[in-house]
Amino acid sequence: MMNTLIILPIVTQFAIAIVLLFFWKNIFAQKILSFLGCVVAIFVAGSLLNAVYNNGIITLQAGGWPAPFGITFVADTFSSVMVLLCSLASTAVSVFSSVSIKRARLRFGYFPCFHFLIMGLNGAFLTGDIFNLYVWFEVIILSSFVFITLGGKKVQLEGAVKYFTLNVLASMLFLTAIAIIYGLTGSLNMADLSEKIREIQNQGLVDIAAIIFLVCFGIKAAIFPLYFWLPDSYHTPQAAISAIFAGLLTKVGVYALIRVFSLIFVPDDFMRTVIACLGALTLISGGLGALVQTNMRKMFSYLIVCHIGYMIGGLGMFTATALTGAIFYLIHDIILKTNLFLIGGVIFKITGEINMKKMGNLYSEYPVFSLLFAIPLFSLVGVPPLSGFWPKIDLFKAAFLNNNLLLVGALIFGSFITLFVIARFWSEAFWKNNDHRIIKPYIEYFWQMPKGQQTLLILPILFLSLVTLYIGLGAENIYRVAERIAGELMDTTPYVNAVMGIQP
Amino acid sequence: MELILAIIVGLLYAAGIFLMLRRSLIKLIIGIIFLGNAVNLLIFLLGDLVRGNPPVIKDTDRVLTGVYADPVPQALILTAIVISFGLQAFAIVLIKRAYIVVNTDDLDKIHTTDEE
Repeated sequence: MMNTLIILPIVTQFAIAIVLLFFWKNIFAQKILSFLGCVVAIFVAGSLLNAVYNNGIITLQAGGWPAPFGITFVADTFSSVMVLLCSLASTAVSVFSSVSIKRARLRFGYFPCFHFLIMGLNGAFLTGDIFNLYVWFEVIILSSFVFITLGGKKVQLEGAVKYFTLNVLASMLFLTAIAIIYGLTGSLNMADLSEKIREIQNQGLVDIAAIIFLVCFGIKAAIFPLYFWLPDSYHTPQAAISAIFAGLLTKVGVYALIRVFSLIFVPDDFMRTVIACLGALTLISGGLGALVQTNMRKMFSYLIVCHIGYMIGGLGMFTATALTGAIFYLIHDIILKTNLFLIGGVIFKITGEINMKKMGNLYSEYPVFSLLFAIPLFSLVGVPPLSGFWPKIDLFKAAFLNNNLLLVGALIFGSFITLFVIARFWSEAFWKNNDHRIIKPYIEYFWQMPKGQQTLLILPILFLSLVTLYIGLGAENIYRVAERIAGELMDTTPYVNAVMGIQP
Repeated sequence: MELILAIIVGLLYAAGIFLMLRRSLIKLIIGIIFLGNAVNLLIFLLGDLVRGNPPVIKDTDRVLTGVYADPVPQALILTAIVISFGLQAFAIVLIKRAYIVVNTDDLDKIHTTDEE
């Protein structure tokens, strides 16, 4: 078997990070090596997805200890798709950050830390052990702490205090839930847990553990009412860092929620109602938050919260159709949110402002770029045939079939608010004429940069926009993948059999 | 023994959450440390306490029989202690920097991120 393929995405990132540590002083070499490593990682992730898609679930028992005694790595379609998306987004961010972040800040080990972060993400997607998932979460948050404080400005440190506290609290809750689960079952392997948890007499304690998992992953994924730390901290770091946070860090929470609630705690009617209501409230409150913001990056942050609601709502309905919609939305959202914050970074470089009211003239000065930026913005709203449109069909269908009118209302409300907010942003930043722009001497503006650097800023956005276009125009392929993932999530027997080594 | 540990775990959780809800940065960190220790003790407690029976297979046996101390919780706690140590080290440096830059210990005055 090609078992070792499964840890290659983790090992690749780890190797790049270590090689980069040897080039601590040589920033230029770090930029090149980081980009090359990201390209290799895309191929590794692609071959993993290819192998999983054609041959079924791949497992690896670390150290040869058979499950459930050792640590298991599992690649099913869901995790390998997430690994591929992660490597696509990280490539774009790696290129973007090599230009957008100042040399003085890159000197503090930005690139090694970046690859440790991606390694943690890949590990979280591929592990099949609940305690190992906790360890990967810690790898992720420790790297993200370095990123969020990089620069050490006042607003960053204040954002970091909030980000740190909530994430550490979530980790403690995660560990508490693991302790309860281990006390009940004596196992940490997720596939083993999914069988043992059904035989527990005391279902009350199991429900408590499920609720604690919901809260801790809810904090990470920023669902209502646990999202308040996100808009307060995501706008403070550099644009490239916000992009990787927005695209991947909240989504790993969503991934963990979907994984845990489909495999271990299959939600009953009550839990479905709770999760669906949380999804609806996330949509409404995130949308309302975005509505009142004039700060561009804060508005984007609230849009992250708002759109998390689509996936949580899809999980809450827990039918094959709803999960297909939720997974499709997750695929679309990772690429799009990364792109959105990169665009925010370029707009800041062009105008020197983050307040929408003070922007303007973008369309008349940069018509081609504006059209490029329009692709992701329109996808975000869900204009057919772009990528945001397709998952919503399934989500609406599932919500109507489930007779969940609150969720139907929230889905419509969320889409409408997104349309309104993006339209307002477009007219303020792109179409408005503004002759009173102030030139700030301490900002390096877009037009002051050499041509090569300008290209390196735009290329990642172009790349991610092309991926978004593919997700929209090649929706049939993506839909087939999403449908297959939803099938695997609804029927976890193949997953359990693959991990436990049972021949069907 | 279980009862004493259960009470200690409860007290540590209560104290940790109480301190985290205070407005001082220092108390926030102490609360996080308390919570971390509470979780470690909880894992230890829920892994069943057994005295004086290490999980060692005798020469005469092929499998482990009878009651023995579960080694997994101890491995988990060891990992968790190392991780929480790293987090706490970061936290202390972070609040020191934050205190120097923001010039206050009061969490209610940390609201630059809400403005604009």
